[in-house]
Amino acid sequence: MRGYAHVYPRDHINTDEIIPARYLNTDDREELARHALEDLDPGFVGKVKWGDFIVAGENFGCGSSREHAVWAIQGVGVGAVLAESFARIFFRNAINTGFPAIECKGISRKVEDGDELEVDLEAGVVRNLSKGEEYKFSPFPDFALEIMKAGGLLEYLRGREG
Amino acid sequence: MTITEKILAAHSDRDEVGPGELVEARVDLVMCHDVTTPPAVSMLEERGMDRVFDPEKIVVTPDHFVPNKDIRSAELARRLREWTRKHGIRHYYEVGRHGICHALLPEEGFVRPGMVVVGADSHTCTYGALGAFSTGIGSTDLAAVLYSGRLWFRVPESMRVVLEGELPKGVYSKDVILEVIRRIGVDGARYMAMEFTGSIVGKLSVEARLTLTNMAVEAGAKSGIIAPDEKTLEYVRERSDEPFHIYTSDPDADYASTVEVDVSSLEPMVAFPHLPSKGRPISEVGHIHIDQVVIGSCTNGRLEDLRIAAEVLRGKKVAPHLRAIVIPATSRVWLQAMREGLLEVFVGAGCAVSTPTCGPCLGGHMGVLAEGERCVSTTNRNFVGRMGHPKSEVYLTSPATAAASAVAGRIADPREFLC
Repeated sequence: MRGYAHVYPRDHINTDEIIPARYLNTDDREELARHALEDLDPGFVGKVKWGDFIVAGENFGCGSSREHAVWAIQGVGVGAVLAESFARIFFRNAINTGFPAIECKGISRKVEDGDELEVDLEAGVVRNLSKGEEYKFSPFPDFALEIMKAGGLLEYLRGREG
Repeated sequence: MTITEKILAAHSDRDEVGPGELVEARVDLVMCHDVTTPPAVSMLEERGMDRVFDPEKIVVTPDHFVPNKDIRSAELARRLREWTRKHGIRHYYEVGRHGICHALLPEEGFVRPGMVVVGADSHTCTYGALGAFSTGIGSTDLAAVLYSGRLWFRVPESMRVVLEGELPKGVYSKDVILEVIRRIGVDGARYMAMEFTGSIVGKLSVEARLTLTNMAVEAGAKSGIIAPDEKTLEYVRERSDEPFHIYTSDPDADYASTVEVDVSSLEPMVAFPHLPSKGRPISEVGHIHIDQVVIGSCTNGRLEDLRIAAEVLRGKKVAPHLRAIVIPATSRVWLQAMREGLLEVFVGAGCAVSTPTCGPCLGGHMGVLAEGERCVSTTNRNFVGRMGHPKSEVYLTSPATAAASAVAGRIADPREFLC
């Protein structure tokens, strides 16, 4: 995966900022995507390109269990979120949807807005092509990788039932 | 083992489990509401997996945007309703008999000690107050559990929260949990089970305990849990004839950390915008003018909460410039509040009293804030834009502090209003 970084170094970016509840009267993913990060950065949807990355601080996605948060940022084309850490329900939702939520210590201080990044999920490496740096992240547990490879939890479940 | 480890082991046919292990556990009860369930149902339908593992173990109530606030929310509620009919799900609570899910399920006797409960709502951790393992999940997890009756869990580390001392006048379980979150932060218990213990827990009513476990997720926790005692058993037996199993933590159980709070020195707490961890004792709050007060929610909309609010508001008037909105959490709470004369106290004081809804807590309806407005609320989150405009502000308090603030028109100390 290759794309540009949108850096929000703050901690505790919550689901109300990722997709405000005023839009939860629908589960239409295209509609949700139009409001991704609206209360954090109203300009985000206008500037994000397909395959770009969100880079953030600790506890990204805290708050509500709304999977709409994952759908909104996935729907607007974000390839992965790279954060210092994730809130647990967001992380589960991401894995279950087959969306990479990558925990990478120090990343919010090393990457600058607009840096071009390449993410290698198998190798557990983020390459900063703009700066010529590499950052390692802990690879996903096997179980999570299997779900993500299957394309999500339901596909995994169905595949297992064979 | 801890109570949490024992419950998860028993539900995954293991003798023992430890923190970090992945288990696939049988789920005893699934909670569904109007925002997160319709997408889960669509996922199953789209994949030809449209079945439910056991309609008796599923409880459904529309609560977030009901009575429907607009056409789209009405469509969500319709999809939910039609799905329950299609699958013969009996435990469906239609508007008028409905309630905020986390108040409704314990009240109706669905939650019992030793169960594994999941719900597609982050505050599903509430049910742990009855000695169950209970956690919030997203829509895909919900789809998986509706289909299979099982779900994968990483066994959480446990944090012991020891509450000792005597609760001073005007200080309630809401103030205690705001203090705990102030100390450990909104990710202080990330991925953990928060196990509340200590002499104070025994003294609290079951309703007050539900407020403690409700906000475990605001510290990042996977679950909150309280070992059952006589009060728990009395509460459950009044509501259910079903058998249950009591688990308690071993004396030598391993805890990742321990937080001790002597509640004797606590004051009423106010969590400032925009995090639940930004709590301050009321004496350090200063003069903060407010526009709205909300008393209700899964955190503080039960009967005991309304009684406390009414004690403050009886014979008083809310400040002329201010809107006070009182929302009994369930239809049953509403009816009992009416019988006890609480609703008359509220309306007499100048409050709006609503049918049960999550509405204003998440900026849905029934009390959305305009730009620059400030609200004192007994709810659980005060993130940016939580109750409306991104430039509005939410201050989290107990029902007593919220009621006192409604009268004063500013954030006020409830101890001045209590006999």
